[in-house]
Amino acid sequence: MIHFQARKELHTSDGPKRLEVDLRVEDGEFVTLFGESGAGKTTILRILAGLTLPESGRIEVDGSVWLDTAKKINVPVQARSIGLVFQSYNLFPNMTVRENVRFALIDPKEDNFIEELLHMVQLTELADRKPAALSAGQQQRVALVRALARRPRILLLDEPLSALDAAMREKLQDDILEIYRKFKITTIFVSHDVSEVSKMSRRMLLIKDGRIIKEGSPTEIFSPANPSGKFKFAGEIIAIEDDGIVAVVTVLVGNNPTKVVATQAERAVLRVGDKVVVASKAFNPILLKAV
Amino acid sequence: MACDLQPLWLTFKLAAVTTGILLVIGIPLAYWLAYSPRKLKYAIETLVSMPLVLPPTVLGFYLLVAFSPKFYLGNFLETQFGIRLVFSFAGLVIGSVLFSLPFMVNPIKAGFQNLPVSLMEAAYTLGKSKSETLWKVLLPNIRPALLTGIVMAFAHTIGEFGVVLMLGGNIPGETRVASIAIYGEVEALNYAAAGYYSLILFILSFLILFTLYWFNRKSLRFF
Repeated sequence: MIHFQARKELHTSDGPKRLEVDLRVEDGEFVTLFGESGAGKTTILRILAGLTLPESGRIEVDGSVWLDTAKKINVPVQARSIGLVFQSYNLFPNMTVRENVRFALIDPKEDNFIEELLHMVQLTELADRKPAALSAGQQQRVALVRALARRPRILLLDEPLSALDAAMREKLQDDILEIYRKFKITTIFVSHDVSEVSKMSRRMLLIKDGRIIKEGSPTEIFSPANPSGKFKFAGEIIAIEDDGIVAVVTVLVGNNPTKVVATQAERAVLRVGDKVVVASKAFNPILLKAV
Repeated sequence: MACDLQPLWLTFKLAAVTTGILLVIGIPLAYWLAYSPRKLKYAIETLVSMPLVLPPTVLGFYLLVAFSPKFYLGNFLETQFGIRLVFSFAGLVIGSVLFSLPFMVNPIKAGFQNLPVSLMEAAYTLGKSKSETLWKVLLPNIRPALLTGIVMAFAHTIGEFGVVLMLGGNIPGETRVASIAIYGEVEALNYAAAGYYSLILFILSFLILFTLYWFNRKSLRFF
């Protein structure tokens, strides 16, 4: 289990803020940190990884203390068993794909493990290329398996998909979920995309101005009124078409755009980009088996 | 026309030894200047760049005084180790190292500073030590900067005159490098020999710099 406590001054574009966080993550859990940019999500990951030192804090992972500012304990980043995937991939340009992964191994002779990792993200064919010759999505897949190569206890994903197009995002979301299921690795995922969070995690922490302001499943968090519906999904409005008396609102639920009709009164408070819940009370949803 | 090739040979020997020493001290110094959070580094950075603005004679003068047996350092070296650095090849090497220091350190430092810090952080999160990160990640990715530092330090040492004249004098086979020889030949109204040395230095310096720009252009394509 991870128990993370930290306090630190944040320097954001809106001026200084205080990060004050106390969070626990169970073994093998997949947790998403969700929030606006500048809320402190990345700083939390960096403190956990040991790249940033908080003013005060304590980090305990599976009984061993990584950081305790009161006792002046600070395990260096190299000795913390983490895999960190950055938003900007950070592959080593001087090494091929395979060399990038090999560099991260504790025992560089584990050839089978390299091939297994590369195969998992369909990069075997590209293993001898340099990162510059790969697409953004391919580079991020290399970064993902490179982070796993030293078999870390915790996988930290810092908005790894935000620079990718929709199709590539979906592909990588599936890759991440597959890796999570296969390695049962405790994963902390940072995102500011509603549909992504809804798809990826069962538990999320909503972070605002350096604090955790809500905690729960994506559906609980994204539905403020909490209507008791027979079924409900969190999503994001991607388009609104006004059609006389009613408006047709397109909501992205997971990766599926769904059209919902809204009355003019409802429509008046909705904007593209709003986080909404699509719920139904009166009708029974129909299940059709996908062939 | 009989012309002594020894000054040319001495020039290249001096440049090679100087560049070798500079490479060994330049990389750690540039690394420290690029990454240290300490304020002291700005003072060191300034000192490293001083040879760029000072007349070479100033550095030559200080070294001449420092190495002179009449003063503490020179006296200490002579009585304890029997080393006299004034008017010697070893003294020239020390003078050249100091004088060409910015030409080695500044490009490498800029190379480090232009690399994203996150590249280094990525290596650390993969469990790699600072030295392994330096050798396997940082240095291979600043090859153009390294090459620039090596070539500029080498070329600049070839072009040195003031420090050598002050500190080394004009001893054939010991301190009479090509630039000094040219000066000496002109003083002796021996224009043919001066022209011969000058032409060789001109052509070699051109070739060295041309090679540098050519290779750096090519190596950039790998990134």
